[in-house]
Amino acid sequence: MISELLINAFLVTIMLSIAIALIKTRTVIFTVILTSAYSLVAALMFITLDAVDVAFTEASVGAGISTILFLAAMAYLPKKEEESISSEFIPALSCIILGVILIWCSFDLPEIGQLTAPIHQHIAPEYIKGSKEDIGIPNIVTSVLASYRGYDTFGETIVVFTAGVAVLALLEKKNTTKKNKSQPKQKIRKNA
Amino acid sequence: MHNNPILRISTKILFAPIILFGLYVQFHGDFGPGGGFQAGVIVASAFILYSLVFGIEEGKKLFPTNINLILLALGGIVYGGVGIVSMILGDEFLAYNILGSSPQSGQHIGILLVEFGVGLTVSNVMIALFNAFASYDKVKEK
Repeated sequence: MISELLINAFLVTIMLSIAIALIKTRTVIFTVILTSAYSLVAALMFITLDAVDVAFTEASVGAGISTILFLAAMAYLPKKEEESISSEFIPALSCIILGVILIWCSFDLPEIGQLTAPIHQHIAPEYIKGSKEDIGIPNIVTSVLASYRGYDTFGETIVVFTAGVAVLALLEKKNTTKKNKSQPKQKIRKNA
Repeated sequence: MHNNPILRISTKILFAPIILFGLYVQFHGDFGPGGGFQAGVIVASAFILYSLVFGIEEGKKLFPTNINLILLALGGIVYGGVGIVSMILGDEFLAYNILGSSPQSGQHIGILLVEFGVGLTVSNVMIALFNAFASYDKVKEK
């Protein structure tokens, strides 16, 4: 129990320090790498919650491929973020208020792993039983993802497909309208 | 980066094991952690590593863009196709029980095919996105 507490405290400390470093840094490549490190620590957090599938996804997608894609997209970005001129008081205040509300609400959450929690009462027992008897697959996550929630995963696949096609279409269009060189870069700078 | 011998050789050594690991994650997802999404990303990372080290042109020679785009769409078709096949065989859309001799083997076949479709789409979307981002500047300079 105490070791679990220590590990969680360690991970939360690292996450917090990465988040603070993320706010402080103005160099884009450091932002990308720190985001990747943050995802990696989040993956470790999922492991402490016994959610290995989610941890695996977070490590491969969050820390791995999205970092590479960010790096590939960095060619269009300026090397440094512009200093914000507007005051930081209102964003900070709204963050603090939101954080206080979230912490306040978290007191009402059931304890992690508590059997009487609503989420373990509703449909989960049926899935756990059915995954063994009806589907015959040891990994319940896979049986929920691919069979019980097959429609959702179909939708997810189509979303990935659509997003990929949309980005390809955007970049293709810019590639063909290459007459005025500076225009696309300026557009991206505004978005950043 | 393609003049650095350490990077070149370690890429060549790593390439096959990464894909092997991706296939393991893909087809072992029923029994351990993993599945189509993770496997797709891992397989894509092998091709992206190759493109990073040897250059985008070499990467496109290894994995041509037109094949990439066909496979990108094929993943969704495989997934939807499993649903259509189960409908043709007389059950509901994406009900796998009817695909095999027993309900359990049907579920096995269905889940395997569906995860394969997910992996196909995810890996090819990632490779296509990387290629699109990485080759953008070159096209512009022409």
